[in-house]
Amino acid sequence: MNTVVCLKQVPDTGDVKIDPRTGTLIREGIKNIINPLDTYALEEGVRLRERYGGKVAVISMGPPQVEAALREAISLGADEAVLLSDRAFAGADTWATAFTLAAAVNKRAEYDLVICGQQTLDGDTGQVGPELAEILDISFVAYVSQVEEVTGRHLRVRRLVEDGYEIIEAPLPAVITVVKEINLPRLPSLRGITRSKSAAIPVLTAKDLGLDESLVGLAGSFTRVVKLFSPERTCSGEIFQGEAENQVDCLIGRLKDTGII
Amino acid sequence: MVDDVCRGVWVFAEQRHGKLKNIASELLTKGRQLADALQTDLSAVCFGHHVGEVAQLIAYGADRVYLVDSPELAGNQEDLFTGQLAALIEQYRPEIVLAGGTPLGRAFIPRVAARVRTGLTADATGLDIDTAERRLWQTCPAFSGNFLVTIICPERRPQMVTVRPRVFKKGTPDMKRQGEIIKVDFNRERITSRTRLLDFVADVAGTVNIDEAEIIIAGGRGLGTAKNFKMLEELAAVMGAAVGATRPPVDEGWLPYSRQIGQTGKTVSPRLYLAVGISGAVQHLVGIQTSDVIVAINEDPSAPIFDIATYGIVGDLFKIVPLLTEKLKKR
Repeated sequence: MNTVVCLKQVPDTGDVKIDPRTGTLIREGIKNIINPLDTYALEEGVRLRERYGGKVAVISMGPPQVEAALREAISLGADEAVLLSDRAFAGADTWATAFTLAAAVNKRAEYDLVICGQQTLDGDTGQVGPELAEILDISFVAYVSQVEEVTGRHLRVRRLVEDGYEIIEAPLPAVITVVKEINLPRLPSLRGITRSKSAAIPVLTAKDLGLDESLVGLAGSFTRVVKLFSPERTCSGEIFQGEAENQVDCLIGRLKDTGII
Repeated sequence: MVDDVCRGVWVFAEQRHGKLKNIASELLTKGRQLADALQTDLSAVCFGHHVGEVAQLIAYGADRVYLVDSPELAGNQEDLFTGQLAALIEQYRPEIVLAGGTPLGRAFIPRVAARVRTGLTADATGLDIDTAERRLWQTCPAFSGNFLVTIICPERRPQMVTVRPRVFKKGTPDMKRQGEIIKVDFNRERITSRTRLLDFVADVAGTVNIDEAEIIIAGGRGLGTAKNFKMLEELAAVMGAAVGATRPPVDEGWLPYSRQIGQTGKTVSPRLYLAVGISGAVQHLVGIQTSDVIVAINEDPSAPIFDIATYGIVGDLFKIVPLLTEKLKKR
């Protein structure tokens, strides 16, 4: 059972501010973290290795500092990590990102399963996992909350749907995206921390992946960002005073006025 | 697909268990405006088995409905939906495809976009049209809603987007509107599924689903124990509301993860969001900020939830909530 986990380093969103003059993100002094849902993806990869053997490889696309996130992933149990880094990758939309990740996954001699977090904190799209599956032309299941069993060349998972859950069987290789419910990620182990310090983390460029620069990054993206701005906060709330009785009456009155009740 | 002759606006009209979802009429109402601005047609695309009230799609603005009815499509089979929608797009070449930012839409629409090689934006809360260039300006929350980003898809067609439910209001249906329903045969030789749905287990019967609920009552750490959620359930029963929670009650196991609202849970946009015993950490606020009306009940007047609340009650929730339930029951 060889697993590839896709991981993204993201700015801790609580800290991100926008420069009011330029309309771009202020990146200085922002703490970067592993996208929280990706830590569940990694943990699941490690657990599957514990159940079925094999290896867990982590791949990430981003600037050179993403190496720190990959070292952290090794301390959390990944066997190896690869960084996809090239100026040409900058500005990639979800399509160009999935396209580049797919090239890196295809480069691996063998893999059975690709695991992604359901979505990232920064882009919030949840699109890279399904787009990746489509480009690799393999099966896909979203919202996986439990990997029930891997039998032969199939995977049986439980996945959340809006009004319950489904049990789905998918042939391997497959891409799954996971939700928080799937596990509780462990803390780094001492052995993992030691390994993470000395592990070699290869850096692959577009050329290493055999990709033309016109197909990656901003050049290879189908979408363009035209504007980034802060939402208007127009809300000035009304606080009801007095005794509970009066507060509740006022609230009911307002809700009636708005036609909600 | 790169093609100057792509014309027409499409709405993926989602159904579940044979019943059309509200998002279908919301998107048709918006889609009608876009189609009129572009002087083109609006079509609805509906997949399922024995879907009820398909004529409603015309009443909400569709000129035409492509209906694919097959028993195999009953269970929202994503592999089949992906293949079928991609095939229709390649055949009829629309310039815009709108779909719901629902769990289904956000899982299979990216696969359709990848298959027809076009751009896609996620969970849009704003749509504008540049009629000269026929470009759709799609505004979406990013960085957990701390920012908004406007995105276009300049060359590829169709321009595809998933839209957050309940952001666009549905119009009034016009039952006299004329339109045609085109029945498309499901081609089971060409469109196949890799995955197999073995079982579906529904949540406890009678509970309102938080993804589409008009009213959501959510509890936070302030409720103290799992038992106290019963109080919210009682109020929810009176109001026809769904019950959700912030992260701490879910982490404590008081409520299942499917009920978690916020950054690592669900993003909701109901008409009324009633936050009970919720302080309002930014990770929670990002999941609720597009709600029409937010009501906060909390004993701490400095809780951040009051910064975004439309109405607030500073007080003891254990007094306020039962009183609210009692008074609403009497109405």
